[in-house]
Amino acid sequence: MGKLDLRRIALALAAPVLAIVVALVITCLILLAAGSSVSGFLSTIFSVPAERNVINILNNASILYLSGLAAAIGFRMNLFNIGVEGQYQMAVFTAAVFAAQGWLPGPINVIVSIILAMLVGAIWASIAGVLKVTRGVSEVISTIMLNAIAVSLTAYMLRKVGVSTGSNLATEEIPRDSWVGGIKLLSGAPNELLGLSLLAVLGGIGYAILLNRSKFGFALRATGTSASAAVASGIDVRRMVVVSLMISGAVAGLIGLPLLFGNSHSYGTTFQAGIGFAGIAVALLGRNNPIGIAFGALLFSYLTEQSNLLEINAQVSPDIVAISQGVIVLAVVIAYEVVRRYRNALEQRQVAAELSTSAPSEATPEATR
Amino acid sequence: MTQTMAVRLRGIGKSFPGVVANHDVDIEVRSGTVHALVGENGAGKSTLMKILYGVQKPDEGTIEIAGDQVVLHSPADAIQHGVGMVFQHFMLADNLTVLENVVLGGEKLYGIGDKARAKIKELSDSYGFGLSPDDMVEDLGVGQRQRIEILKVLYRGAKIIILDEPTAVLVPQEVESLFGNLRELKAQGYTLLFISHKLDEVLAVADGVTVMRRGTTVAAVQPKDVTARQLAELMVGSELPSPSTEDSTVTDDVELSVENVTLAGAGERNLLDDVSLRIHRGEVLGIAGVEGNGQTELVELVMGIRPATSGRVLLGTEDITTWSTAARRNAGIGYIPEDRHRHGLLLDFPLWENRILGHQDRPPTVRGPWINKSGARKDSQRIVDQFDVRTPSIETTARALSGGNQQKFIVGREMSGDPVLLIASHPTRGVDVGAQAAIWDHIRDARRLGLAVLLISADLDELIGLSDQIQVILRGRLVGEFDPDTVTPEQLGSAMTGAGEEE
Repeated sequence: MGKLDLRRIALALAAPVLAIVVALVITCLILLAAGSSVSGFLSTIFSVPAERNVINILNNASILYLSGLAAAIGFRMNLFNIGVEGQYQMAVFTAAVFAAQGWLPGPINVIVSIILAMLVGAIWASIAGVLKVTRGVSEVISTIMLNAIAVSLTAYMLRKVGVSTGSNLATEEIPRDSWVGGIKLLSGAPNELLGLSLLAVLGGIGYAILLNRSKFGFALRATGTSASAAVASGIDVRRMVVVSLMISGAVAGLIGLPLLFGNSHSYGTTFQAGIGFAGIAVALLGRNNPIGIAFGALLFSYLTEQSNLLEINAQVSPDIVAISQGVIVLAVVIAYEVVRRYRNALEQRQVAAELSTSAPSEATPEATR
Repeated sequence: MTQTMAVRLRGIGKSFPGVVANHDVDIEVRSGTVHALVGENGAGKSTLMKILYGVQKPDEGTIEIAGDQVVLHSPADAIQHGVGMVFQHFMLADNLTVLENVVLGGEKLYGIGDKARAKIKELSDSYGFGLSPDDMVEDLGVGQRQRIEILKVLYRGAKIIILDEPTAVLVPQEVESLFGNLRELKAQGYTLLFISHKLDEVLAVADGVTVMRRGTTVAAVQPKDVTARQLAELMVGSELPSPSTEDSTVTDDVELSVENVTLAGAGERNLLDDVSLRIHRGEVLGIAGVEGNGQTELVELVMGIRPATSGRVLLGTEDITTWSTAARRNAGIGYIPEDRHRHGLLLDFPLWENRILGHQDRPPTVRGPWINKSGARKDSQRIVDQFDVRTPSIETTARALSGGNQQKFIVGREMSGDPVLLIASHPTRGVDVGAQAAIWDHIRDARRLGLAVLLISADLDELIGLSDQIQVILRGRLVGEFDPDTVTPEQLGSAMTGAGEEE
């Protein structure tokens, strides 16, 4: 049995490793075609990051991880929540405005803001859920539309409540006693790990427990793999669609908070965007598995961080890394499917083999001794 | 008498991982005849026909068509050799006309214009199909749609036509006219290979019969030499245990009553029309009927998957008409669905997680809001032991098991937690004989302990053998009640097709 498990782990790792290798090869081919330096690219990408960069990688990875979790909850239910982007923009804007009022003292202000952000994300996502179960609107279409609305709505509201500082239009700054301090992880680095990046750790643990240990998680996974079997076994699939989208939205609501409370202290026109889409890629790469998503988030964050040096060290545009990331996702989807089919066939053969060898051994027990 | 053989299969074998679907299959079909291939569900008929139509490649054996040995790589190859297939489930585009459906994919043959229209008209007229090229498919009935499928095959020049259970979807009058069409085609020199497990039909139309059992051909007979009974014995094998109940265990307590339930359909006809039935504790009520006459709807209604348009459903004395599926299951209704892959299992989940399915509100698989992993594992192991599910372990995914073992696991699961009512929809469809006998035994044991069972089956022997009462369903209505001790399959068959009904 131990041998089988080793094989399983090897199979599980084979797909992403294969995908990364394929993506690197394709990236190098593109660089060759463009007449850029392949060796410069490789040596920059695989150079050891400085301590300062390590902290950046971890910070970005934790934000990506939350986004990946949000997408993964939808994926496990067979729902494509493309709306993570809009959900977190709405959520972080609301949290920024609320926290800036300073109605509540220090840490309580932070906690209530976190809850508020999750609520806003959940409500924004629930629109897509309700539309799907009552009117049959595909969640892909509705969440894309809701993204567009969310971006415009926050921009509009920002104009109403925001204050201009230079070229940046932003919400009022959060009171100093509600800032969440960083964690000094590496002594040589001038920067710190964002305090609320710990939300990613909590989120990952919560996700694993919810999905694998709870009744709700079972119903979610069951509905995701076979809606027809879920209906026959008494799972209220319509309710599951709305609730799981809301949970996905609630997690999406957390994405902007580490930066808001730990770094920018306000929401403005320069606030980090696009994380919601990157999360989809990270979830795919990590196969919706809590540990897998962590690897995916770290890998993407690492590549993005290293790409900043490309222009200086190798005269290569950092955009090339976005291409690599895209190819990794495409390749990994294909590789997972190949591995899945291989594993199914393998298991069927093993079952057949075990059953056919066990039958005669039952008849002659002493022969097997 | 040396008549040419349209099809000759020799020693065909085909295995899938874990299953031998076909082995040592020999069939000879004379050209210009209607040849029937009969066998139980799961006997390997469909696999064999897929081999002949080029969908599957055999592992061993040879295929001869019109005397020439051929290797078929694809359905296109098969059509090239004059073999066409009419599937049980039609593959037609509803929003296109007959002409458009027929030429689709065969545009090179006669174009898509007047030449094609003339060809279709000619084929339809010469075999009495009564189809006009410009009718929309969505306006046509099932019988007409089937004739379009046959026409598609003829249009592509097939001389040998395989029909996969063509009567399963037809009402009696349509069966008659289909047989008329088949005789007409035969007279024109076509060879027809007809798959069925309805023996009366086979004897009515076939010139030769090949019987399959457990993946291999066991007999080739002439219809005039055999009775339906003898054919049935060949199909199931004489060593088979027959499903017979012993003394009645029927009590006076009504467990399930369905009162005047109607379920409106999309069209004018109701899917279920004023259906009333009662099942007592310790009683098995069998529902006989041609597939598609409301059995599925009745089951889904009792399970709460479809809401009744009018009428009441009572479990014991409790009115459960508006209850959810989950509430009904928790009240003790077990459900063996007709399609185990779509409704009964999570194929990629391990067996022990499948134990939770449908029992996600009840111990031992859950504890409060949490999954009870050890409880689910322990009880899965009990099912595996008690119901003789052949699997290396409970960690194996459901997909890897054979159909019979999957079904035994479902039966075991649905009988867990002391159900009061069991809905068994085709409980032994597509399972091997050993598993079939085991499932029958389990149903009988549970009945003795006071379980009420609603049994839906296409296997009349199973119905007669297990039931205490048989109701016949036809076009959504219960049209006849029979005592299984005295009824014959023939009588049931004619009631199922509405033969005794005044028009």
